Amino acid sequence: MKKGSFAVLLLFALTLVLGACAPDPETATLTVMTHDSFSISEDVIAAFEEEYAVEVQFLKMGDAGSALNKAILSIDAPLADVFYGVDNTFLSRALEEGIFEPYDSPLLEAIPDQFQLDPENRAIPIDYGDVCLNIDLAYFEENDLEPPTSLDDLLDPAYAGLLVVENPATSSPGMAFLLTTIGHFGESHYLEYWEGLVENDVLIVNDWETAYYTEFSRWGGTRPIVVSYGSSPPFEVIYAEEPMEEPVTAAVTADDTCFRQIEFAGILAGTENRELAEAWIDFMLSPTFQEDLPLQMFMFPVNPEAQLDETFVEFLSVPDHPVEVPPEDIVANREAWLEAWRGVILQ
Amino acid sequence: MREPAARIRPWIGKSLLWAGPFLFLLLLYIYPLGSILKVSFSRAEGGVAAPLLQAWTSPLTRRALWFTLWQAGLSTLLTLALGLPGAYLFARFDFRGKRLLQALAGIPFVMPTLVVAAAFNALLGPRGWINLGLSELLNAASPPIQFTQTLAAILVAHVFYNTTIVLRTVGDFWARLDPDLSKAARSLGASAFQAALKITFPLLLPAILTAALLVFIFDFSSFGVILILGGPRFTTLEVEIFYQTTSLFNLPLAAALSVIQLGFNLVLTVLYTRLSNRISRPLSLRSRRITQRPLRGWRQRMAAGAALIVIFSLLLTPLFALAVRSVTRLEPERGETTVEQGFTLDFYRALNEDSQQSAFYGPPAEAIRTSLTYAAGTVLLSLLLGLPAAWALARQGGSFLTRVFDPIIMLPMGTSAVTLGLGFIVALSGPPLALSTSPLLIPFAHTLVAFPFTVRSLTPALRSIEPRLRQAAATLGATPGQVIRYIDLPLIGRAMLVAATFAFTISLGEFGATAVIARPEYATIPIAIYRFLGQPGAMNYGQALALSTILMLVCAGGLLAIERLRIADIGEF
Repeated sequence: MKKGSFAVLLLFALTLVLGACAPDPETATLTVMTHDSFSISEDVIAAFEEEYAVEVQFLKMGDAGSALNKAILSIDAPLADVFYGVDNTFLSRALEEGIFEPYDSPLLEAIPDQFQLDPENRAIPIDYGDVCLNIDLAYFEENDLEPPTSLDDLLDPAYAGLLVVENPATSSPGMAFLLTTIGHFGESHYLEYWEGLVENDVLIVNDWETAYYTEFSRWGGTRPIVVSYGSSPPFEVIYAEEPMEEPVTAAVTADDTCFRQIEFAGILAGTENRELAEAWIDFMLSPTFQEDLPLQMFMFPVNPEAQLDETFVEFLSVPDHPVEVPPEDIVANREAWLEAWRGVILQ
Repeated sequence: MREPAARIRPWIGKSLLWAGPFLFLLLLYIYPLGSILKVSFSRAEGGVAAPLLQAWTSPLTRRALWFTLWQAGLSTLLTLALGLPGAYLFARFDFRGKRLLQALAGIPFVMPTLVVAAAFNALLGPRGWINLGLSELLNAASPPIQFTQTLAAILVAHVFYNTTIVLRTVGDFWARLDPDLSKAARSLGASAFQAALKITFPLLLPAILTAALLVFIFDFSSFGVILILGGPRFTTLEVEIFYQTTSLFNLPLAAALSVIQLGFNLVLTVLYTRLSNRISRPLSLRSRRITQRPLRGWRQRMAAGAALIVIFSLLLTPLFALAVRSVTRLEPERGETTVEQGFTLDFYRALNEDSQQSAFYGPPAEAIRTSLTYAAGTVLLSLLLGLPAAWALARQGGSFLTRVFDPIIMLPMGTSAVTLGLGFIVALSGPPLALSTSPLLIPFAHTLVAFPFTVRSLTPALRSIEPRLRQAAATLGATPGQVIRYIDLPLIGRAMLVAATFAFTISLGEFGATAVIARPEYATIPIAIYRFLGQPGAMNYGQALALSTILMLVCAGGLLAIERLRIADIGEF
């Protein structure tokens, strides 16, 4: 290859890169900062863009914790107009750092109070999901064993070596499961319970992917009980290789065994697009977006008017009484609980 | 006699060589890193000293630091143990399939950690092939080998990832080493062992040191491997930085840990530069036509074959297992826990269908194109920046500027990616440089990691050029430009290919250092893989495996293409 073609290659690469990012001056742009799990249907976003003659750009900034950190650190020169994806375990960090402007959306009226954790309406609830134990039904059938129905069951020697959980220090469902044990056993006893779990040969891994796809017996592993989402069983059906008649996994949804994660959105302080940002928040609360949520992100709509897809509901079980941990306790103690847990369990 | 070129070129001209690389490091490394450290420490109550003291005296940090050091040391030794025999074979012998093997050895480097974990799991996991085979053989109820979540998994994964660094940096230098030197020693009565120890080894040492340093720094700042394959029992500094930043939002402590990590890297690179300056000497490099010979006789063939089998069974079986799984039905039948191993192309077919109707869906062809575009940009940028820097290092080893910049070049590699990622956000979000979410930033960010590799691949070659050649050319009337074009470039062509190879693989596998507007046309193959892996269900898992297999093919294809590219006809002389 001669020098000339080298230059051509350079030009080619540059035009590709530059061409790809040249902004279109005609339409206004709304930028939404969010985490990597965010997804939305093509026609749903197209409907919004058409209605408001706006182009919506999404910035995916890593996992939920990292994305929030980036929103906080860019507070002086906001990269976006709206942030979506802070959950109730991280909410205190977002509010204390003051990244959101309040917005009293008219649509909030329809949203149940249990989801509205910020009285000043800086953080607007959008969706929720339950973190529950999932079980591999085939394993329990084959071994003639009853699936566990409470946290205490997991200490039973009959379930020794069967459970895999995520590390609360590095994983969001892991954190949710830690909060489940704190909510159920209380601040003074949860560590004892965890010591019991360790004695009963619990396996702790750092991330959901490893827990689910490597250690869970439904996939590559040997452990038939895993901490995952209440919506994981319908996903196993929807994303099956061959159409399934019956689910192959199930979520344990007995009282006090699940933790309810609520995800919030907010208008980023200092936005120059306040009107469009308000429109976007209203849109996220409207049935159009709310009904799109479950199949895109496997979370549930907070808006009771939203209808759930049939395939989704058919194999879904929702806990009547997820564990209760007062939001203000999470705000006050999150870091201390985590550090105490790390000190006792990982040492 | 001094070079005429050196006499006319003023001191300013010499510093100009550093201008490009320096500006690049200043804007994309020093400035972002400085900004995030400043912001982080300003959140501490007792100023800079308090978090630093806390980090340094905490037993947890001590333990993390100790573990970081010794796992990196052990991993590096193991990588050398596997890589050096391979480098020897590649350097001294010519055999069929060598180019292909060399390209295949580069694949692990680009594989996302979660996928590598899946690959090892398919082999050595609780229900992997080896455990299934063994438990059938031994009639054992539980899996005989515990691999995932152990130290062994960390070490094996590090060797798996980094052996290619040794194969490339040492192998390519070795391939140019004049065999006459050791032949002369032999004819003067030295045994083969003596010749290797007294002649070949000292001459190779600079290249071995370089490879060892690059591998060590990679293992030292290892994150994904420790987190996913090692599990919660193992904590490196980088993992602790991630935990303090993301989970606890304790930025001062995270910054203090980053500074400690940086300090260790700096000490290490300074030691390295001192040492390598002392032991490098000009050599006349030879063409491969002279240095390489075919394998002769059955003994030599058997030995070489056995060595290659050992090396490549570690590098390739996990990849092979992954590829096989991507065309295998994954789901157990209802009521059974064993998987029926039928053949299927469903996962590949599904890649081209947007079943979720997601706004972020892109067909695999688009992801491949995006990945290749970024990789091409990275190759060009890192050569453009790496050449002058390597040139300055090789020619002005003693100058003040060079002594300052030499260790700095290596630092971005050993800097916490979590910290630097936040630095981009803090420093590059507003004027003067609003780059933090631009796709343009991606090839630059990749170049930051690739830069040390390009410089380190080019410097030994440039250094080994005999000054006499250049002087002769100049005496015969060649302009400085002509000297570069007709003497230097042809001699370093091979090293440029190695540099390009590293830049290409680094870019192809990089994931997550930068955040970009999420659009299908900006999504690389690794990004698409992670999107599938984040959701439950056979089709999601299967598509992640299928895309990983495609990534392997793209990588191997790219590496073979670079081998053939022969930039400006200077690949061989």
